[in-house]
Parts: sequence; structure tokens; C-alpha cells
Amino acid sequence: MIELQSLTKIYDGVTVVDDVSLTINSGEIATIVGTSGSGKTTLLRMINRLVQPSSGRILIDGEETSSIPAYELRRRIGYAIQGHGLFPHRSVGRNIGTVPRLLGWKQARIAARVDELLDLFGLEPGEFRDRMPHELSGGQQQRVGVARALAAGPNILLMDEPFGALDPIIRAKAQDDLLAIQRRIGTTIVLVTHDMNEAISLGHNIAVMDQGRLLQFAPPADIIARPGTPFVEALIGSEDRPFRMLALQRVRDLIEKGPASGPAIDAWANARAAYAELLWSGREAAPVQEGGAPVGRITRAALQSQAEKPV
Amino acid sequence: MSMAILIRLAMLALLAVFLVQPEVFAPFFALFTTRGAPPIYVQSDLLSLALNHMAIVVTAVLGATVIAVGLAVLVTRPNWSEFLPLSRALANIGQTFPPIAVLALAVPAMGFGNGPTLVALFLYGLLPIFENTMTGLSNLPPTVQEAARGMGMSDRQRLWQVELPLAMPVILGGVRLSTVIAISTATIGSTVAARTLGEVIIAGLLSNNIAFILQGGLVVGAIAVLVHDGFVALERRMSRRAGQG
Ligand SMILES: Nc1ncnc2c1ncn2[C@@H]1O[C@H](COP(=O)(O)OP(=O)(O)OP(=O)(O)O)[C@@H](O)[C@H]1O
Ligand SMILES: [Mg+2]
Repeated sequence: MIELQSLTKIYDGVTVVDDVSLTINSGEIATIVGTSGSGKTTLLRMINRLVQPSSGRILIDGEETSSIPAYELRRRIGYAIQGHGLFPHRSVGRNIGTVPRLLGWKQARIAARVDELLDLFGLEPGEFRDRMPHELSGGQQQRVGVARALAAGPNILLMDEPFGALDPIIRAKAQDDLLAIQRRIGTTIVLVTHDMNEAISLGHNIAVMDQGRLLQFAPPADIIARPGTPFVEALIGSEDRPFRMLALQRVRDLIEKGPASGPAIDAWANARAAYAELLWSGREAAPVQEGGAPVGRITRAALQSQAEKPV
Repeated sequence: MSMAILIRLAMLALLAVFLVQPEVFAPFFALFTTRGAPPIYVQSDLLSLALNHMAIVVTAVLGATVIAVGLAVLVTRPNWSEFLPLSRALANIGQTFPPIAVLALAVPAMGFGNGPTLVALFLYGLLPIFENTMTGLSNLPPTVQEAARGMGMSDRQRLWQVELPLAMPVILGGVRLSTVIAISTATIGSTVAARTLGEVIIAGLLSNNIAFILQGGLVVGAIAVLVHDGFVALERRMSRRAGQG
């Protein structure tokens, strides 16, 4: 659990993070979203003390971080930096092994861990281990950056626009991968992004920042349905609201009995994709299948009711 | 093998043969002598002169590297930045004070021999290494340094594992400059009895023998060019490995 209590950062009389308090539960993803210069990176860096707070406290599992030596704290917290920050003079394997080496792990254990992580991120160890960072594509560099942050098995992972440099398709894949990995290893993640869609699809909770202040910290459905301020509302965009609500749901939670014809929709697809498919194919209902077996149908009416403002 | 490497190898071979068996080249250098003057300098062994010449250069440059890199590392640490102007001034004085004047001042204190030349080359070599190290250490990619801090490296670990390796090609560029300058400047050491290849040139001056001057100059020049190219190749390899080439 990460607790930020009245965190403030002042640079030369300018308050760039203003009295921010929030709590992130263990094993959850909190996304921080806001315009450029709103203080997202500064807030994130105060968690691993790359930035010293002007006032306020940070507790990790109840322990105040200022009581731990900075370098020790940082070795316990994974950090995937804005623009990956790989060491250009070190191979992929040595990059990923950085923190384990600082922690004094045995060579064999580091090597095994590096290969395990490369596998996890879909990079064939034999092929990528000894490459230099500049011999990778942008997407691969990004993945190595995240793998490096996870190397020593930290309970907390800080990510600063980790997918910023990726094209939309790779980006969606990277987000899915991150969710899958997070579910598997249960890391608490704090992720900074510019992109509201990313914040919504990844976050258990979303923190909306503007000019150093935390405007709202709430689950995606709440942020969409009950934006706390006009700024939050503008960030979500009123025309996209119904579709953002739909995107939060899975088809499998909206299945009903009854007949339907045409191609089937996967139960794990999100409701927005299912609605788009029904609109596009002109159908009122479509069969749903899970693992190839039919499990019922999904109707336009059911989907539409999910797109309405919750009461 | 590329043409460039072949030319270097040929040059190295010629140099080696000349240092070991200079008489082989007598017919060539005879072209520059008059009235039956000796075409080849035989008063001392050329190889041992060259080795001593290089020993002085290497010692002086090594010393300058340790001091200049050390100073640059020191003044790029946050708490020491106020010493930057002073360090820069020291390095500048070392460079601007003429080596021949250093020799003249050092002889009374140290006597004739290798010592004064060593001091002169050391002082003369500080500035390029200092300035290049400063450039290298102050132009590191900020995200990389940030990542190093974020991973939990201590200041010392960052210096040795990230900052110095990344700045290394630029630092080496400074060492190369100092070395090449020292190789040619070392010749004046012979005026105060340091055993360098300058001895051949001075002998030529004293006896009005162009062949001596030429062979002294050519040997020093060839060594400087080869050392220069060796450094450049090393720097390139390092930058290319780090994706900067
Ligand atoms: N070291 C610093 N000294 C002075 N001002 C700073 C410093 N770091 C950040 N700032 C200022 O603090 C404000 C917030 O910066 P921050 O990097 O946290 O923004 P951000 O929300 O991450 O922006 P972006 O989305 O562009 O990355 C900016 O106005 C920035 O200029
Ligand atoms: Mg930022």
C-alpha cells in the first residue's frame, strides 16, 4: 500500500505539486493523467525520492520512506522512466540485470532472471540477451525498460509514460501484456500517462492532475459518470462518455439467453467492441462464445443500457 | 582488409625496420647529404632513443590523465562545482606556458635528464584531457542518469558504471590530443639532455645534416600518426558499441 499524505513540491516559489493525498492499495494499478506540466512526473518521482518533497509524507506499507536510505528505497521500487533510459553501453541482458547486480545476486541467478524476463516480454533470450539497446526497435527498448524495472521483483512499479513512444497497435499490445503480467505477479503499479484512454483501460483508480493539484482520484466508472470538475469532464470528452463506459465492461457480464444469428462475439471482448460490431453488421443481437463454445447472446438493448449515465 | 589498414601496417613495418636496421635506408637518405656526410645517425641506438622517447610520453600523459580526469570528476560533483573556475585556470596555465620555458625553469630544480621534459609534457597535456572529460561528463543523456539514480545506484556506482564509461570516447579523444602533442613536443627535451628522438634532429642542426633532421622528423611523425590512428579506432569502436557512432 502506498499512502501519499499532503505531498507538496515547490521549485523556486512555484508550486508544481500542491497538497496531494491519495492511497493506492497493494496489487492495484493507479494511473495518473493530466496535461503536460501538471506535475505528474514530479509526483511519481517523489515516491522513489528522485525528487525530495517540500512537505508531506509518503508511507509504503506503513513505513515512512524518508526513514530508508534513498538508494535502498529505489532498489525496492521498479522505475520505468519516460523515454526508457536504457544504458546505451550495456547489453540488454546487463541492462535488465542492473538492480539484481546492485543487490549482490549470484551471477547464475541474475542470468536465469534475465532470461525469464525476456521470455515474459516475448523477447527470445538467445537472440536478444547480448544485443545492445540501439539494436532494438522502439517497442523492444520500451519492453526491456519495463523488464529492467521488474528485475529484482519489486512490490511497486513506477512507470512514466511507458508506452508514449509506441504506435497504436504495439501500444495496445503492450498495455495488454502489462495487465497480464500485473495480474500474474500482483505488483502495485503507478503509471503516468497523457492518454485518457490508457488511464481508463489500465487503472483501477485514476488520479486526474491539473496545475499541480489532484482534482479527482476515483475508479474509471466514477470518473466518467461523475467527473469532479469541469476540467475532468473536458478531459473525458462528453461525446465519448457512453463509449468509455462501455469499454469498461466485458461482454461475458452482459450475456443473456435466447437466439441470435451471424458471427459470434468472444465473451472476453469489451462491450464497446461488441456494440460497434452490432451497429456495423445491423444486428439486434449476436451469439457469444467462450473458448469456442456458445454461451448465449448479447443484445443491443443490453449494451445500450450500460452506456447510460449510472444513477 | 581495407586500404587504410594496409597503409598503416606498411608504415608500421617501415618504422620498425628503420629503428632496428637504419642502414637499410642509407641509400635514400644519402640523397640529402653533401660532401660525404653520414646519411644515417649512428651516434646512439635509434630503437633505444625511440623507446625512451615513448616512455617519457606515456609517463607524462598517464600522469596528466589521472590528474585531469580526477579534477574534472571532482568539479562535476554537486558539492565541488565552485572549484571549476580554479581547475580550469590551472589547466589553462599548463597549456599556455611554453614547454621550452618550463624546461628552462625545471632544469635548475631537477637537473639535466628526463625529469624536466616529463614535467613540461605533463603540464602541457592537462588541458585537452580536462576539457574533454568535462564535456563528456556534462553531456550525458539525462534519461540515462535519471535511470541510474532510479535503479538505486550510489553516486560512486553511477560514476564508475555509467558516467565514465559513457564519457570514455570523449575522454579518450582528449588523451589522444595530449599524446600526439607530447610525442612531437618531447623532441625539445633533447636540448636539456633527455634521451629522445630530438637528439637526431639536433645533431642534424649542429652538423648541418638535412638527412638527420629528416629521419628524426619522419620517425617522430610516423609514431604520432600511428598512435593517433590507434586512438581514433579505439574511440570509434567504443562509440559504435554504445550506438553513438
Ligand atoms: N527540477 C525542476 N526545477 C524547476 N522546475 C521543475 C523541475 N522539474 C519540473 N519542473 C516544473 O514542474 C512542472 C511539472 O513538471 P512535471 O515534469 O512533473 O510535469 P508532467 O506532468 O510530468 O509533464 P509531461 O506530461 O510533459 O511529462 C513543470 O512546469 C516543470 O517545468
Ligand atoms: Mg512527465
